[in-house]
Amino acid sequence: MRIPIETFRLPNGLFVTLSEDHTAPIVAVNLWYHVGSANERPGRTGFAHLFEHMLFQGSEDVGANEHFELVQRAGGTLNGSTWLERTNYFETVPSNQLELALWLEANRMGKLLPAMTQQKLDTQRDVVMNERRWSMDNQPYGTWTEKLPALCFPPEHPFHHSLMGSMADLTAASLDDVGQFFSTYYTPDNAVLSIAGDFEPAAARRFVETHFGRIPRGAGKPALPDMSLPPVFGQWKREVVPDDIMLPRLFLAFRSPAFGSEEYFAASVCGAVLGLRNGSRLRRRLVRDRQIAAEASAFTFDLSKGADLLVVDAVARPGVAAEQLEQEVAFEIDLVQRDGVDEVEVARAKAVINTMFVSSLQEAAERADRLSMFATYFGEPSRVNDEPDRYQSVTTDDVNAFVRERLGEDNRASLLYVPRENSPGELVGAGAAAEER
Amino acid sequence: MTAAAPPKSKRPAAGPRREYHFPRFERRKLENGLELIVAPVTKLPLVTVAVLVDAGAVCDAAGREGTAQLVAKLLIEGTEKSDGGELADRFEQLGASIDAHADWDVAVITVTALADRIPAAFDLLGEVLRTPAFRQREVERLKAERQAELLQLRTEPRGLADELFTRFLYTPASRFARPEGGDEASVEAIEREHILTFYEARYVPAAITVIAAGDITAARAEEMTRRALGDWSAPPAARIVADDLPARRDRAVHIIAKTDAPQSELRIGHVGIPRNHPDFFPVNVMNAVLGGLFNSRINLNLREAHGYTYGAFSAFEWRRQAGPFAVHTAVKSDVTDAAAREILGEIDRMRAVAISPEELSLATSYLEGVFPIRFETTTAIASALASVALHGLPDDYYDRYRDRVRAITAEQILEAAQRYLHPDALQMVVVGDPATVRAPLDGMHFGPIRLYDALGRPTT
Repeated sequence: MRIPIETFRLPNGLFVTLSEDHTAPIVAVNLWYHVGSANERPGRTGFAHLFEHMLFQGSEDVGANEHFELVQRAGGTLNGSTWLERTNYFETVPSNQLELALWLEANRMGKLLPAMTQQKLDTQRDVVMNERRWSMDNQPYGTWTEKLPALCFPPEHPFHHSLMGSMADLTAASLDDVGQFFSTYYTPDNAVLSIAGDFEPAAARRFVETHFGRIPRGAGKPALPDMSLPPVFGQWKREVVPDDIMLPRLFLAFRSPAFGSEEYFAASVCGAVLGLRNGSRLRRRLVRDRQIAAEASAFTFDLSKGADLLVVDAVARPGVAAEQLEQEVAFEIDLVQRDGVDEVEVARAKAVINTMFVSSLQEAAERADRLSMFATYFGEPSRVNDEPDRYQSVTTDDVNAFVRERLGEDNRASLLYVPRENSPGELVGAGAAAEER
Repeated sequence: MTAAAPPKSKRPAAGPRREYHFPRFERRKLENGLELIVAPVTKLPLVTVAVLVDAGAVCDAAGREGTAQLVAKLLIEGTEKSDGGELADRFEQLGASIDAHADWDVAVITVTALADRIPAAFDLLGEVLRTPAFRQREVERLKAERQAELLQLRTEPRGLADELFTRFLYTPASRFARPEGGDEASVEAIEREHILTFYEARYVPAAITVIAAGDITAARAEEMTRRALGDWSAPPAARIVADDLPARRDRAVHIIAKTDAPQSELRIGHVGIPRNHPDFFPVNVMNAVLGGLFNSRINLNLREAHGYTYGAFSAFEWRRQAGPFAVHTAVKSDVTDAAAREILGEIDRMRAVAISPEELSLATSYLEGVFPIRFETTTAIASALASVALHGLPDDYYDRYRDRVRAITAEQILEAAQRYLHPDALQMVVVGDPATVRAPLDGMHFGPIRLYDALGRPTT
């Protein structure tokens, strides 16, 4: 199955993708800016994400929080998100409100700065600090999202530092910094706009030209440093994190081929063989048969520049110590390395991936997001339609070649969470080790 | 001379609205009492089948809470023919996703697969429902996994706040006062024979509704249902009604100690109303204004005006009997009392003065406009039909939904707030650092304060 795709580019550089589907009177608008935490300078971490918050604080013709109000009043849903490589903004609205959604996005792309105030910045900084407490500091294992990239990417690499940023950097952010960041990255030539769902292409094109056409092109953004990395870590990297938790948890990462590369698909299928759903290798072995883990899964970060990460995530069963968890997960990976994966496992993984792909295309928002993603990363939105074939053409040999090359001891990074001393979990999780003391 | 300021950009007006209707669906009933609801939707070659069984957590025997959840999960952990690993593989070789769990009212087994795999997936569903093996090994493993979940909860402030909030809300005799999946002692007490007895009594055709949504006709769905489940017969089971009385009629503060916590997880609320209540619509719109929307009073106050939190919302949890009403948020520890005061203020304001026409139209036009966006997927359609079946909603419920929302007035909302928000009965649960939060909360004079450990055991 394929979705229809049309594209065009405005003279100011804005790249636009359209995908019609008239089954329901709704339309999704999705805007990707090609800027993420990877573009931040040292001392200014957390900016891309703080910025995402500021984009909901109004623009010249839209009051603070009015963006939310106008979209919800129109009967739409909306949000934004920040990632290492991009920041996106999206809304799904009844199809007769398409122009409103485009106008709102254009207004903040073209006229954000006149509406910025110190007070808005201060409030959103507080909100972001609370987001950090909520999602990381006061959440068991919550810091893994920043500790794992820090462990896996060298200090000078743009993927190394925290997406949420340091509290100190956030505190130091000035209105000037915000303005400069905006002028550099929030420009039409650094963005992709996708529209999916119930619309007339000619009308959509007219709306886009009217509202985005006069926004000036940017002055260009600083180039990212060379992102390329050797295919393997070169050693087994290890970090142990004491945390206020009851059960040990291991994130075992492997450096893997960048998202979108030829080799990526074998890595992704390998991840599914290992840890996607109940029938996966690690669920069966570690959770069901050997009962070492209470949960086990695997996934890729989907980073498109330099190198990606394939991550195995396992939580210990009560009574299983952290060291044992790490040894047993490694043992299973060693088995995979020694014997490879078989045809049946690969067939299962591919079947599940295929159904997930079709399911995801049900939502206009998801179609628009994928179009934006493939256009932003590769300039090829049509890749969305090639995905199923590229997955289905992965062979067991391809997966095993990946396994041989990338799952070895020279390409592992363990981020191991252990119950902190004096935390209530210590006696339960650390087993024998605690009794010795 | 200065250049003229650029003209203010004008907000585009909405175009003509295109018609939308909730997918047409058809009901069938088999001779053995099993009901079937089918919504043919041919957008993509995909089908979701959801099997609803009247076997929710409210059916748990006292002292063995968690049985309903275990039974539902064990269905897909092995049949007479296949052990658990093999069964998972048989579903997943079809590319099918399979999930089984029990909520308060019903057990739900959901399968989504490509349309051409649905006949095979349907047969597997039949096998799962009729010949589960409940092997001792799997019973023990799932019990241990629940115990692991309970352990994890002790250091997971959000889950802990939710779980203890409901515990303190309902009278101790109510099933609702114990966790949906059971607690340490009750799960320990469940033996294989209890699982079998529960399954045999409650998993019977007359207690089952099969819902199919997607690229499938009613005739095909009926044919598949008959083949898988048509010759199944068993005596019907009695409906069990949960006790939903509150634990107390006055306010109280319950602090669950999490030393040095940088944030307080806060829940403030009381027992709400049942789903099938005549005032469901006014209450729903009232809650949207109070704390249901991003631009609700509570979120704008706590997040945007004060920067106390990343987010705050309120919700009525809908069950057959009265579920909880609660305001949920997590705030920086040193503003716990200030945030609580703002929440109480918003609840009072909701009951004191009618909302403005702008607030009313924001809530109603949102609920009305977002309606078609809610039903894009086969899973969402199946889940909407599950509500129809579970709560006995009329067949034209979704057809009339937007008219009913549109008809709500500010007076009805004021009345709903006065009738269904009970400031004097509010329970406050705080998972946070007692050294920081206790004294300020004391200073609020909200109600008596009790301290607990992470297991919910009183420490004062």
